[in-house]
Amino acid sequence: MTSIDTPLSIAGKEYQSRLIVGSGKYQSFQQNLEALEASGAEMITVAIRRVNLGQNKDEPSLLEIISPSKYTILPNTAGCYTAADAVRTCRMARELLDGHKLVKLEVLGDQKTLYPNVTETLVAAQELIDDGFDVMVYTNDDPLIAKRLEDMGCVAVMPLGAPIGSGLGIRNPYNIRMILENAKVPIIVDAGVGTASDAAIAMELGCEGVLMNTAIAEAKNPILMASAMRKAIESGREAYLAGRMPRRLYASASSPIDGTFF
Amino acid sequence: MQVTVNGDTVQLDPGSSLVDLLRQLHLADAKIAVELNHAIVPRSQYQEQALQDHDQLEIVHAIGGG
Repeated sequence: MTSIDTPLSIAGKEYQSRLIVGSGKYQSFQQNLEALEASGAEMITVAIRRVNLGQNKDEPSLLEIISPSKYTILPNTAGCYTAADAVRTCRMARELLDGHKLVKLEVLGDQKTLYPNVTETLVAAQELIDDGFDVMVYTNDDPLIAKRLEDMGCVAVMPLGAPIGSGLGIRNPYNIRMILENAKVPIIVDAGVGTASDAAIAMELGCEGVLMNTAIAEAKNPILMASAMRKAIESGREAYLAGRMPRRLYASASSPIDGTFF
Repeated sequence: MQVTVNGDTVQLDPGSSLVDLLRQLHLADAKIAVELNHAIVPRSQYQEQALQDHDQLEIVHAIGGG
């Protein structure tokens, strides 16, 4: 990272990596851990689910492989379609993680699109903030809703680039730009990234980070893709900080005209 | 007596505590969180938390997710 950059700061903690990864869809804990290490990410999302009674009692649990002492664990509310379910999930996560306050709030509206249910998201965000949680919130790319979530006190606002797991990339960079223009908390693209260039585009727009799961886990070689994503995030960030050249319709010669001998 | 854990019926000796249930389920040392009748039971109270017939419990852990 360039010396002029500052670390990503979320809820009072600083992160050198601007990549946040998920832990779903991997073939094994070992593959997940290797991808995590290759990604350089310091924060990883987990889901909260029922234990399987009487099954795999000797199998290690995710948190034994991915240590909360080494990584910031970000419990999510994936699968929740109501504010009440999302709040209940976060409270269970807080107990599970010994009082941990940082959560990823997502309240879904529809199984086909996994688009956020924004009205339930707003209700859940307020309830969680009132209960002392630090809320990183998944939302759509609506600049007005993003601002409202920030004003409520969310510690990061995470608009989708495209539907969860779609790999379609940043479908509406202009909306992401509008969100960024008004933001005072980190804006992190959450969902939609398919490959390294998508992550770079999000960072070149000025996002503070990118959260992704499927793009790494469903790559043919997840560990290599995790490494690619690490580089894409760093490249995109550096390009943003460097400030890109203006776009021109016509050519602008790079070699001088003066001194030609023909 | 019987309680419901994660939607399944579990038979328990009368007078069992939450920690007795967790031992029976091989979860006494697991990284979990427990809801008893929709109220979270702090880990520090597993030992003294008595269970009643027909109690509803949810026991969760962290798994992979994005």
